[in-house]
Amino acid sequence: MAHSAAAAYDKLIFELSSPGRVAWSLADADVPEADARTLLPAKHLRSEAPALPEVSEFDVVRHYSRLSRMNYAVDTHFYPLGSCTMKYNPRINEDMARLAGFARLHPLAAEAVAQGALQLMHELARDLAEIAGMDAVSLQPAAGAQGEFAGVLMIRAYHRSRGEKRTKVLVPDSAHGTNPASTALAGYEVVEVKSLANGEVDVDALARTLDTDVAAFMITVPNTLGMFEPRIVEITELCHARGVQVYMDGANLNAILGITRPGDLGFDVCHFNLHKTFTTPHGGGGPGAGPVGVKAHLEPFLPVPVVTKAGDAYALDWKRPKSIGKLQAFWGNFGMLVRAYTYIRTMGPDGLRAVSDNAILNANYIMKRLEKVYDIAVPGPCMHECVLSARRQKKLGVTATDIAKRLLDLGFYAPSTYFPLIVEEALMIEPTETEAKETLDQFCDAMIQIARETETTAAVIHDAPLTTPVRRLDQTKAAREPDLRWSRRP
Amino acid sequence: MASRYIANTADEQKRMLGVIGAGSIEELLVKIPAKVRLARPLGLVPAMAETDLIRHLKALAGKNADADSHVCFMGAGSYDHYVPSPINHLVSRGEFFTAYTPYQPEASQGTLRTIYEYQTMIAELTGMDVANASIYDGASSLAEAALMAHAVTARNEIVLSRGVHPLYKRVTATYCEGPGIRLRDAAGPDGVTDLEAARKVVGAKTAALVIQTPNFYGCLEDVAVAAEIAHGAGALLVVVADPVNLGVLEAPGKLGADIVIGEGQGLGVPLSFGGPNLGVFAAKKELVRRMPGRLVGATVDSDGARGFVLTLQTREQHIRRAKATSNICTNVALCALMATVYLATLGRRGLVRVGELSTAKAHYAAERLTKIPGISLRFAAPFFKEFALKLAKPPERVVTRLAKQGFLAGVPLKSFDRALADCLLVAVTEKRTKAEIDGFAAALEKAVA
Repeated sequence: MAHSAAAAYDKLIFELSSPGRVAWSLADADVPEADARTLLPAKHLRSEAPALPEVSEFDVVRHYSRLSRMNYAVDTHFYPLGSCTMKYNPRINEDMARLAGFARLHPLAAEAVAQGALQLMHELARDLAEIAGMDAVSLQPAAGAQGEFAGVLMIRAYHRSRGEKRTKVLVPDSAHGTNPASTALAGYEVVEVKSLANGEVDVDALARTLDTDVAAFMITVPNTLGMFEPRIVEITELCHARGVQVYMDGANLNAILGITRPGDLGFDVCHFNLHKTFTTPHGGGGPGAGPVGVKAHLEPFLPVPVVTKAGDAYALDWKRPKSIGKLQAFWGNFGMLVRAYTYIRTMGPDGLRAVSDNAILNANYIMKRLEKVYDIAVPGPCMHECVLSARRQKKLGVTATDIAKRLLDLGFYAPSTYFPLIVEEALMIEPTETEAKETLDQFCDAMIQIARETETTAAVIHDAPLTTPVRRLDQTKAAREPDLRWSRRP
Repeated sequence: MASRYIANTADEQKRMLGVIGAGSIEELLVKIPAKVRLARPLGLVPAMAETDLIRHLKALAGKNADADSHVCFMGAGSYDHYVPSPINHLVSRGEFFTAYTPYQPEASQGTLRTIYEYQTMIAELTGMDVANASIYDGASSLAEAALMAHAVTARNEIVLSRGVHPLYKRVTATYCEGPGIRLRDAAGPDGVTDLEAARKVVGAKTAALVIQTPNFYGCLEDVAVAAEIAHGAGALLVVVADPVNLGVLEAPGKLGADIVIGEGQGLGVPLSFGGPNLGVFAAKKELVRRMPGRLVGATVDSDGARGFVLTLQTREQHIRRAKATSNICTNVALCALMATVYLATLGRRGLVRVGELSTAKAHYAAERLTKIPGISLRFAAPFFKEFALKLAKPPERVVTRLAKQGFLAGVPLKSFDRALADCLLVAVTEKRTKAEIDGFAAALEKAVA
């Protein structure tokens, strides 16, 4: 049953294939063309041409244009996905990243002919260090999770350089899943620390857990309930007194630009998600970029190479014997770095401060408008996002998932659901500073309507979504009978 | 001054604060201790107007010698291949590039369908059963493959051919540090791996043998023999392959690979100074539950219509946390979309043609360049689109000189291998013309004279 115009399209590119069609254009060989089959030994040659589609260029353009219309995206829909900072992606950023001097620059171009790129990286690293109150920044990590991994490895190298064998890293039960995963990957035992009911760190319990085996405490500020940790300075001081390094997950940095800085709060390491705070697009799941900042005592351990400046010349410094090594083949997700640099220069210091002020204002406005109809995880004021609980609705048979699906029908993407794990039926809402009041009002009206429907016409919620290209999908079947590639049906 | 990215006016702010019941935004910051508040503006360059900023960035970009302003013969893992025009237009659609990971599948079918197509195309090219939605780049894909082989076999050593990209090895070493996986080298003095020597290194402790073809030096490796050696010892064979070559070169899966990884930048992704790139990752189906990264699967909706979802998520960090197969979350979906559009555009015959033209032009160039006195091929083994030249003059100086004449001459190998300090790695793609190659030869002849 078709529910909207978009639902009418159900093709994959393979199903458009018509043998003989072409979408490409390559010049005939202008060199004496010996067949690859005579130039290369037969054992290396493909026995059968790959079964790729044969379509026209217009087939390609129309197919992917149609597929794109099956997405909700920031450009087309309010996208309040908590913890992901789905703000507007400025178009100048896209234009700048596509300048030939950046987009068409080879990674191994000699330093002398890549000075513009290296200068941009050097200045961006300096700007990020200033924003976070850190002493040095590596731009190399490809995403937040790789930034975490790099940060934890630097902490490990630091302890080892001091002859200390610490084996555990503490992570709150409210943390993003990447925190324990990155920590385990770096070779540490992960110890989960229970949060207080209000989501704050249980400082007394933490004090009891901080023994000489603990290498680091890794936390998110503001926390994943959208609250600033009021005892954070006490926490970082307590950790340092026990020889424990403190890592800040920078996923929520959008809340504190120009207000306070991780370095000033006592953190030793923090990462940045350029695709969250600094407007590089989310791309349907990346690419992002996850630079990592450190205090001076960790600087010797930064990934190689580090961009340095001597006089007016920029260079890649590989001679760093204490470095944790490399994280990606080249220097970082440079295209994302160009976008973030453009954004920081667009905003300036006052603009960045206004970002956080308005992100906070917008989140508090939503929380206030919804607090009567939904349970609030923690009383406000909140920072840049707020967490609601649908526990009241669940008693009437409507879950966080149901609410998310109904929102899709009402023209909004859904908040993050069931995260943080410590909140029952969590709905995590992050409006960002780029949304206007009338959008926030429309969203709040929709949420209030759903709360009312829960009590009156819950069927409309359980049937949702009805207006999307497909209705609720069978996840169990997908996992039990994995169908991960197309093949021609008999 | 108001920012063009923030809609709230002073009046709207006031009205919102009124609803909240706060007198000012400052009142919302009560939980932040006064002593850690930043008492000054951030020390950043003041906001720049759009036209000034464009001028500034164009000036920075203009300082770089790029593959438009110069004729590019550089490779070593990043190549100047043909990029059909529709790619940039399609990935620039806001519906694609401003969405995120498809957590709500009903509102993300566009992205999910493109990933499913991508998985199908990569599986087909590599000759494997399944491909994931992407890893960051070729190097981190290899690192993830090493971790996966370690998890699958419960063995602790990875044997890497000397022909594996040196920077990929460094990344793999970083990832293997935590779990304590030992990396061992299989030597290869003549441009290709000495497989008989490798046979002696691969044993009961080996989780995987890793071989790259064409290898870092451009030479083709004997994957079938490597497979026999790995499997004989109960280890996995990991093959590093560039998917853009796989129109002409045999699918590694057909030759015995258990995991195929590679850098997909050649599939329509910009050079972009080395990132973002596209980490390709494919494996046999019996290994799927140990795979890192996102996977998209087909299923049905409540009306029985075809639909697509993220699946087998119990492998992943947001569910499994410390016990996940990988820490990866955000990957490089938009680069995977570029590759999908590229492969749809090139199709069955176009990709074969790209490989044929690259081979023909690279062999023409090698023949032409080695006629120059003072230049010879460093290795005798068969090569595909890239080859190492031995030069009579220091390669770094040659590269500097040729850059001034409009050529990106290649990659000097000294920083990768001291024994090859007199060598230059030259790549020739289908984009190079005979005139460009001949011009390059003339300039190179003068530079080494």
